[in-house]
Amino acid sequence: MASVQTFALPHYEEYPVHVALFKDVTNAAFLRSQLLASNPDFDYAFLDASMILTPNHLLTSTFLALHTFLTKRAKTRTPHSELVFRLSPNNNIGESYKKFGIGDATTAIIAVKLPITADATVDASITAETVSKHLGNVVQGTSVRIGEQGEGLGLWCDVDKVRKMYKLGGEGGNKGKKTGAANGDARVKKEGDEKKEMESVILGIIALKGS
Amino acid sequence: MTEPTLVPPIDPPPAPETSRPLHTLPAPFSLSSLEIITQGAEALVYKTTFLTPHTPVVVKYRPPKPYRHPTLDKRLTKQRLLAEARSLVKCKKEGVRVPGVLGVDAEEGWLVLEYVDGQTVRGVLDGWAHRVSEREKEADTRTEGQGNEGILDLMRRVGREVGKLHELGVCHGDLTTSNIMLRTPPPDSPPPFPTSNSISQSSSNSLKGDIYLIDFGLTTSSIQDEDKAVDLYVLERAFSATHPAAEPLFQEVLRAYGESGKGAKSVLKRLEGVRLRGRKRSMLG
Repeated sequence: MASVQTFALPHYEEYPVHVALFKDVTNAAFLRSQLLASNPDFDYAFLDASMILTPNHLLTSTFLALHTFLTKRAKTRTPHSELVFRLSPNNNIGESYKKFGIGDATTAIIAVKLPITADATVDASITAETVSKHLGNVVQGTSVRIGEQGEGLGLWCDVDKVRKMYKLGGEGGNKGKKTGAANGDARVKKEGDEKKEMESVILGIIALKGS
Repeated sequence: MTEPTLVPPIDPPPAPETSRPLHTLPAPFSLSSLEIITQGAEALVYKTTFLTPHTPVVVKYRPPKPYRHPTLDKRLTKQRLLAEARSLVKCKKEGVRVPGVLGVDAEEGWLVLEYVDGQTVRGVLDGWAHRVSEREKEADTRTEGQGNEGILDLMRRVGREVGKLHELGVCHGDLTTSNIMLRTPPPDSPPPFPTSNSISQSSSNSLKGDIYLIDFGLTTSSIQDEDKAVDLYVLERAFSATHPAAEPLFQEVLRAYGESGKGAKSVLKRLEGVRLRGRKRSMLG
């Protein structure tokens, strides 16, 4: 059994989002091969936890994926692939999988399951228990509990990698000669504030993508 | 004399058909979960939650205008909404304090923005002007009493924020005191939803907090001094419309603005010209 946290997105409460977090995963290559073979049992969004900055980062892309899928404007074939695609700042699906999806050597994994069928109806057979049972069996790693507010989702984040991905530049996002002064300010600030600011920009970037 | 026959009253044309009843939002939003904040000519602004049940946000919805051709309407709505969202993201990226963008659907015409809790500078100035006149009535011993430094510092912060915005080459387009907000600094342990009690306590006197620029509905990207000067001119008019006592405060805004960046000085020079003729540029020559 794996620990699964279920999130209800406001306005899309009828589609509860099941999220599980694993560390020290040893069979990422196997999971990835199942995804590539599009095995229907492995219809999850498996994400590299080092690319997820905050809970809101994950939830925004989930919301957008759900929304585009339900309004029939999705660019990819399944809601789970749409989720991976929505995270990425550019418009290349393969690229998004390479950057945000799991690689063969990934050890910290976030698995997201949306209870939705291909024709956009709610799949009642998917519950937190079924997801927990299935993931517990197939993922070889240590399950990590996620808090109700998503605590834990950003712990494995590689902030520098994320900053580079979204082209956020230096601290505080300042360019040019003012960077020196700005950096002085930024260093005084807590790390939490910096993440908060990055999150805000990233959410804007992914919300605006493709339009 | 026969009276000329009266023209029969003209019936207004029937309301054009729309795919949805007016003033309802597209899926997934339903009116039951939304609380209206304000309505403008172009958009309806609601408060709701997003991502988690404890995250307050603003939804700005531009409803379709039934008097426009549907194709044109879609295009205009999309263009304007995207211009607003792009400007906000750009500002956020470069460190100007604006509400962050959380979600966009340009086809349907909605935009989800971070909720800025606080009061408008308009409200702050009204309260300040009220207190000034009260004090004058009581006794005109010290008209320029203490507390002035607080409001002057607020003005300097406004000037610097506008300066940052203009340095990026973004013009606000409708820079009034109602579109500048003073965000109430979060208490050490912020409650998810402040009670109405705590709002009324903090809003009355405190001039602390960060300045946020809101409502980028008319924003343009411009590097011309003219557009920036018009922004400042509009703000100046908003100040003088509030209270005569507020006019000198604007000088402080301009002073801080002038020190904000390299282009600022020439914008101020341009402002002199704009003052002479008003916001609209002469079409002669």
